[in-house]
Amino acid sequence: MTLKMPQPEAAVLARRAAIVAALRRIVPGEGVIADPDGLRPFESDGLTAYRQPPMVVVLPETTEQVSQVLRWCHDEGVKVVPRGSGTSLSGGALPLADGVLLGLSKFNRVLEVDYDDRLAVVQPGVTNLAVTQAVEARGFYYAPDPSSQIACSIGGNVAENSGGVHCLKYGLTTNNVLGVELVMMDGEIVRLGGRHLDAAGLDLLGVVVGSEGLLGVVTEVTVRILPKPEGARALLIGFPSVESAGQCVADVIAGGIIPAGMEMMDRLAIEAAEAFVKVGYPLDVDALLIVELDGVGAECDHLIDEVTRIAEANGSTTLSASRDEAERLAFWAGRKAAFPAVGRISPDYYCMDGTIPRRRLPDVLERMAQLSAKYGLGVANVFHAGDGNLHPLILYDANKPGELDRAEAFGSDILRLCVEVGGVLTGEHGVGVEKRDLMPDMFGEEDLAQQQRVKCAFDPKGLLNPGKVFPTLHRCAELGRMHIHRGQVPHPDLPRF
Amino acid sequence: MRPTTEQEVRDAIADAIRSGATLDIKGGGSKAAIGAPRPEATVLDLSAIAGVVDYDPAELVLTVRPGTPLAEVEALVAERGQRVAFDPFDHGPILGGTAGAATIGGVVAAGVSGSLRLSGGGARDHLLGLRAVSGRGEVFVAGAKVVKNVTGYDLPKLAAGSRGRLFAITEMTLKVLPRAPIAATRAVAGLDPAAAVRLMAAAMGSQAEVGAAAYLPAALNHGQSLTLLRLLGFGPSVAARCRMIETLLGAHGAAVALDGDEDTACWAALRTLAPLAGDTCLWRVNVPPSGAPSVVTALEPLGSRWLFDWAGGLVWIAFDGDAALVRNAATAAGGHAMLIRAPEALRAAVPALHPPAPGVAALEERVRRAFDPAGVFETGRF
Ligand SMILES: Cc1cc2nc3c(=O)[nH]c(=O)nc-3n(C[C@H](O)[C@@H](O)[C@H](O)COP(=O)(O)OP(=O)(O)OC[C@H]3O[C@@H](n4cnc5c(N)ncnc54)[C@H](O)[C@@H]3O)c2cc1C
Ligand SMILES: Cc1cc2nc3c(=O)[nH]c(=O)nc-3n(C[C@H](O)[C@H](O)[C@H](O)COP(=O)(O)OP(=O)(O)OC[C@H]3O[C@@H](n4cnc5c(N)ncnc54)[C@H](O)[C@@H]3O)c2cc1C
Repeated sequence: MTLKMPQPEAAVLARRAAIVAALRRIVPGEGVIADPDGLRPFESDGLTAYRQPPMVVVLPETTEQVSQVLRWCHDEGVKVVPRGSGTSLSGGALPLADGVLLGLSKFNRVLEVDYDDRLAVVQPGVTNLAVTQAVEARGFYYAPDPSSQIACSIGGNVAENSGGVHCLKYGLTTNNVLGVELVMMDGEIVRLGGRHLDAAGLDLLGVVVGSEGLLGVVTEVTVRILPKPEGARALLIGFPSVESAGQCVADVIAGGIIPAGMEMMDRLAIEAAEAFVKVGYPLDVDALLIVELDGVGAECDHLIDEVTRIAEANGSTTLSASRDEAERLAFWAGRKAAFPAVGRISPDYYCMDGTIPRRRLPDVLERMAQLSAKYGLGVANVFHAGDGNLHPLILYDANKPGELDRAEAFGSDILRLCVEVGGVLTGEHGVGVEKRDLMPDMFGEEDLAQQQRVKCAFDPKGLLNPGKVFPTLHRCAELGRMHIHRGQVPHPDLPRF
Repeated sequence: MRPTTEQEVRDAIADAIRSGATLDIKGGGSKAAIGAPRPEATVLDLSAIAGVVDYDPAELVLTVRPGTPLAEVEALVAERGQRVAFDPFDHGPILGGTAGAATIGGVVAAGVSGSLRLSGGGARDHLLGLRAVSGRGEVFVAGAKVVKNVTGYDLPKLAAGSRGRLFAITEMTLKVLPRAPIAATRAVAGLDPAAAVRLMAAAMGSQAEVGAAAYLPAALNHGQSLTLLRLLGFGPSVAARCRMIETLLGAHGAAVALDGDEDTACWAALRTLAPLAGDTCLWRVNVPPSGAPSVVTALEPLGSRWLFDWAGGLVWIAFDGDAALVRNAATAAGGHAMLIRAPEALRAAVPALHPPAPGVAALEERVRRAFDPAGVFETGRF
């Protein structure tokens, strides 16, 4: 691997036995895992190119245990990495050799559902899909729907501010969470937000969502639930060029329509998906759009007509509208299977996640094609078209020497390109370790320092999930120093890894 | 002080750090009468940091400087069939000022969202990115100018509701949304508060996609309470959903239809809180919707006037009685109460913001110091 993690502290490693014993006093029985075989399943998350067994795994069952574990580690100067289901695609849950891996898998209960106030109170280890399953009998659902929803945990969703294909209309995790119980690194338990809208003072909940496990450990989450729309219909539309598909997307939105989902695939992704699921995707088009409209029947029908008109005005060459639920699901089947489909045409693939202003799409795809030639690696594109969130899938073969490195370099170039055109490094997968060293491409030194000062307000010793998100580890005392006279914040011999 | 450039804002803050002065950030000053009086603070007036930087309707983003009048921003996006998605309201009249004085910076920094917040999200949900000068006198950016982004901490969330206590915003990027072509309201008269809240919960839980829900008690509506449900969208859809809501309301009496101008006027009155005009102390209480009736049952016999917005999640109370009664009722219902309008003497004694739990208060304090170590923005207002 090309990425450096903070140097493990020999003094901490030397105390491993004592650390394990102390954790066992807090979490008895099988809740502490210390044998090498037991640690192996935890050595990586969804970013499987990076592996590191943790020093020890602890699986607490109560908030009080989480608090005690954190307080003990805080007092003893031991690092902690929180983990939900380990599906992070950015290495957010990558363990540290000298760190405790704190898993929340035993926090797996839906505590309460309140249909009058339209919310559910759940423990962080509950999977995203399980929240919907707990409320669907009454016609409700939890809106954010990452593709990993059968596996990923709500705690992980909160930490990553995860999205899904429906987030253009229904929002990301942050727009659907009302409150959390949070245990800070020193063991203090706080409740942020609640069952009402908007904070009394500062919106601390807002900054905890998306903080990638660096500010505190989430031990309870209150989410909003929504009534399921009466129905949904989808359109499958082929275009002769990416430009015309992109223009269609822009015209739909400028026309006042916010579809429930709007996904685009490029030629390679279409071919791979069709070869895999055989649902009748057109193979003679350069771009395929899936547009889903939901709501009452009159709404769906009206919008199907509107979007059809806009697509035809933009030169669509094929267009079909779903007539029933089976057909709607068939339209989606190829898109939903796009990752495994690409996995069939290439031994390995590497999924990127930048966002761009949509108007720059043709440009960006053109430059991506040039990079693809330069690195000698193929790239397939699936794309949350409505909100400009690109998922280029870089094809490579890890068994061929140097290909992983080339794939990573290609990926970094794509993300730099996203930033260059006015976009961002990550739309939903998080920075983690993967994009950590690219942060200075998007943020200046003071921007990053200001974010780290917020980290210091929650975790002054920097013990929670270090080595993630920020490329340089600053000491809080240094960050807090003020330099009133204009000029550069000094940056002496800070550890850079 | 009325800086005209970001550099002048930096200089003003750096000078204040050196001299130990405190700065009271002001946009349009329309909410200046919220919070404790602060005679010692120097006013940092950002109304000249104004103007639209970039607006691309198809990308749903608007970048604007904070001193831009809200009215100007709303007119600009309305021209392209869009709206400021958190539906800010005009507080001018209720605080004894004029309408239209608010700036977009003030509205966002105060985290003020109107009736459509219930379905469309609040100021916090639509602030995508910002540039600001911290209490350290340093410029920083956070968030971004695209609608979907998780790169780094979501510091813009802290800006919405920061009320001038963290940094001076010098540029902000907001998500805008299409303006629904049709809005219609269906109402039913005569329900008591508990029945109204149950009905609004049923409507919000239905497939009718209710956009806003409010309740005017009998005292504010010619002796007969009114439960209001607003539906927005495309014509055929709104017509179909109105029928669904009429069926739901039918169980409680004849549904009243408010269409076109009547619909507009009804929600415009809520936007300026006209039914509670006057100079009684005004409280804004955020609670879980089902908790709303308990808040007003406690206070109504003591002479309060009140109404519900957000299906009960927002209770406006005009009440001159003991502040502790309001705060206790809000706490008991699982929410919080903010003092919006009050005479100076009361504002000096009663904090505008609901006092947080000790652990949260300490954390808030550390977060404020993270942006403003010297306390330049600690005017004692909040
Ligand atoms: C019905 C009703 C409800 C209201 N509810 C609330 C409420 O819930 N909360 C509330 O605070 N007010 C509330 N108000 C008052 C107020 O209405 C604000 O709505 C108003 O929008 C602010 O605009 P302004 O430009 O006049 O801001 P100002 O009064 O000038 O400033 C508002 C706040 O934002 C800060 N601020 C302004 N510009 C910046 C900037 N560029 N950078 C950083 N900080 C800045 C100020 O320090 C101040 O704390 C309410 C008013 C009414 C009538
Ligand atoms: C096939 C596949 C498809 C995916 N599709 C999507 C998608 O469509 N949209 C999307 O947004 N993401 C997607 N992801 C990414 C991933 O599923 C999400 O980021 C998810 O939210 C991670 O949840 P998790 O429980 O697996 O967290 P983990 O991977 O265990 O942890 C992720 C981060 O959260 C922290 N964390 C976890 N739990 C807690 C807690 N309780 N308190 C504090 N911090 C915590 C960890 O420290 C780590 O930094 C996909 C991943 C895969 C493998």
